[in-house]
Amino acid sequence: MSFTNLMLTVLVISALYFIAGQRVARALRSNNAGKLHSLPHYHGVWAAVTSALPALFVLLTILIGKDLLFQFWARDYFPEDVMNGDTVDRAIALAKVSNVINGISFGEVEPWVQAAGDAWIRWDANAIVVANSLVLAVSLVGGLLGYRRINLAFRSRNYVERILTWMLIGSSLVAILTTIGIVLSVLFESIRFFKLIPPQDFLFGLEWNPQFEGAERAGSGGGTATYGMVPMFVGTFLISAIALTVAIPIGLFSAIYLAEYATPRIRGIVKPLLEILAGVPTVVYGFFAALTVAPFVKSVGESMGLEVASESALAAGLVMGVMIIPFISSLSDDVINAVPQSLRDAAYGLGSTRSEAVRQVVLPAALPGIVAAVILAVSRAVGETMIVVMAAGLAANLSFNPLDAVTTVTSQIVTILVGDQEFESAKTLSAFALALMLIITTLALNYFALQIVKKYREQYD
Amino acid sequence: MVQNTNQVEGRAVPEKTLGEIQVDNPRMSARNVNVFYGEKQAIDNISLDIGMSQVISFIGPSGCGKSTFLRCLNRMNDTIDICKVDGEIKIDHQNIYDPAIDVVSLRARVGMVFQKPNPFPKSIFDNIAYGPRIHGLAASKVELDQIVESSLQRAGLWEEVKDRLDQPGTGLSGGQQQRLCIARAIAVSPEVILMDEPCSALDPIATAKVEELIHELREQYTIVIVTHSMQQAARISDRTAYFHLGKLVEVGDTKQVFTNPRHELTQDYITGRFG
Ligand SMILES: Nc1ncnc2c1ncn2[C@@H]1O[C@H](COP(=O)(O)OP(=O)(O)OP(=O)(O)O)[C@@H](O)[C@H]1O
Ligand SMILES: [Mg+2]
Repeated sequence: MSFTNLMLTVLVISALYFIAGQRVARALRSNNAGKLHSLPHYHGVWAAVTSALPALFVLLTILIGKDLLFQFWARDYFPEDVMNGDTVDRAIALAKVSNVINGISFGEVEPWVQAAGDAWIRWDANAIVVANSLVLAVSLVGGLLGYRRINLAFRSRNYVERILTWMLIGSSLVAILTTIGIVLSVLFESIRFFKLIPPQDFLFGLEWNPQFEGAERAGSGGGTATYGMVPMFVGTFLISAIALTVAIPIGLFSAIYLAEYATPRIRGIVKPLLEILAGVPTVVYGFFAALTVAPFVKSVGESMGLEVASESALAAGLVMGVMIIPFISSLSDDVINAVPQSLRDAAYGLGSTRSEAVRQVVLPAALPGIVAAVILAVSRAVGETMIVVMAAGLAANLSFNPLDAVTTVTSQIVTILVGDQEFESAKTLSAFALALMLIITTLALNYFALQIVKKYREQYD
Repeated sequence: MVQNTNQVEGRAVPEKTLGEIQVDNPRMSARNVNVFYGEKQAIDNISLDIGMSQVISFIGPSGCGKSTFLRCLNRMNDTIDICKVDGEIKIDHQNIYDPAIDVVSLRARVGMVFQKPNPFPKSIFDNIAYGPRIHGLAASKVELDQIVESSLQRAGLWEEVKDRLDQPGTGLSGGQQQRLCIARAIAVSPEVILMDEPCSALDPIATAKVEELIHELREQYTIVIVTHSMQQAARISDRTAYFHLGKLVEVGDTKQVFTNPRHELTQDYITGRFG
């Protein structure tokens, strides 16, 4: 039976147990003088769950476990030199074996590879038989055990509640574990990078030039690769700063307009329109930046006698600013609305004009929330990739001039990982180190924003 | 709820207000005021004078329009989009709903204290100084200090807070906060002070303090107070107005309204039959 069929079978069995459980509970209710603790469908769910959950668990374990186990056993087939080599040699050996299984072959297959491949195929066949029988048995027996516990007093309602709770916890665990997994994998790869390149060179180096690595091996060009992250972080912050210069005033002013001045009707029209801005895919902003804004910036700059690169930080920053306007306006609008009406009443009652009330009462009260909104927008800007890849260029200049082409952390990561790379090279690994720095930056920003929001909540609760 | 009571009791709200709506020396006078929230009429043809240097209290069952009428007197209803006011309300012979009038300076003349103490999340000093600052009442820092001190003194709060003027006003107790709000209203030297249930969030001791304060303020200011406490109305006000379902049923000297009400609805309300 294939994996899908096995799943389906398990589900059918558990559906049958649901019907059986419900029926036996109904029968108990109509026959007996006593009172049924839980409604029949709870008993049905209980029986179904006791059949399906353990079976699915076993299935999952076997699926994950069988390949891991074999990869461990496959070592018996590896020749001496592979076993004595490093992890990469072993990974290559394993890849060769799996090529055999998938029917891909490059020329002559070494005998030990063939042997290992055959063993793996046999192992797989056995594993599937075991999986089928074990899973079916577990689902039948589990369901039966659950079903037999159903009686008048059985509290299936409470058990179903508990199972649901665990399922909810499980879902959030998956999300959390995924995040942790991603962070850890980035961390481990970064550690490998730092074994090749000293951290201080990376953190404080002023020059970023990973290209030499390949060139050196190919025997062309001299020099060494340099991995200083400073130019990219400067580029990132330059572009983010331009973006914020655009987005903070526009976003904040539109939020103030929406929250304090607009009539409900206008608000109902303008707010969704602003939020559409947030829904525009960033690649659209990207080509807008590259094809419209960058040439415009260049021609305006040149007409003023300035030297402007055809891909400039200014163009990317302007467009990114437009992109984050809705973040700032929408979040600020929410915090401004959360300022208690009683404070506005107090201000108006003392004879404030609207702008006096806004400037002196509403905004100061909303300030922490607005700061948090801005910080979230910053972390969004720092992580933004598409616009900068398309509009800011890839030259790792260390420059504070918005008219120069600069590069950002995210666009360098893209450049490094797009196309063929050599695994294990410092160049490839540097992407992970950059990603780690990016994660740390945005994490710190978000944490900071959350702290501020929390403090702000306490003020009014 | 109120409507039902009315029907069950079978007592009609009179077409015309009973008692004396006019006074000899009015500070404000309202004539034929109607207020609508959208389609719903909340105030039905009310006329009433507010006497100079008097305390007048508005009483009546919940939802009868006391707050709505009070908020007409300094045009706070303008801040509610759906609220429409017609009729005439004069302060010193000037119609406050005249398009030419400056709402901002009207509200400086007719101050307001709200049901829930609402100090700004600023220092005690800045709370009081807010009004004088926006209206440019103090020419110098010294003058501003004086205004702050005298307002706090008149609100009976000076002794309690003089050593911590730089601390947030929100850190005071509820009763202190309410007196801070009164001091804040006084600081702009209004002629009339509107108070919407100023003691309903306070304990009896703080209430007594605020009542004492109102008693002292009556010499200089005209005070309009909405209250749910009959005793409070009886203690502090010169005149009392009884509202019912958006109408002004009866108004007169406090003593007379409480001892010898002219309308059965007033009688029922003050004897606690409903409300
Ligand atoms: N902002 C508003 N929008 C719509 N209707 C309102 C609004 N404020 C008050 N109303 C309605 O107007 C009527 C009078 O309300 P108002 O607040 O003036 O009553 P009140 O006498 O002050 O009551 P309470 O003693 O409970 O404070 C009520 O029926 C109320 O539902
Ligand atoms: Mg009210």
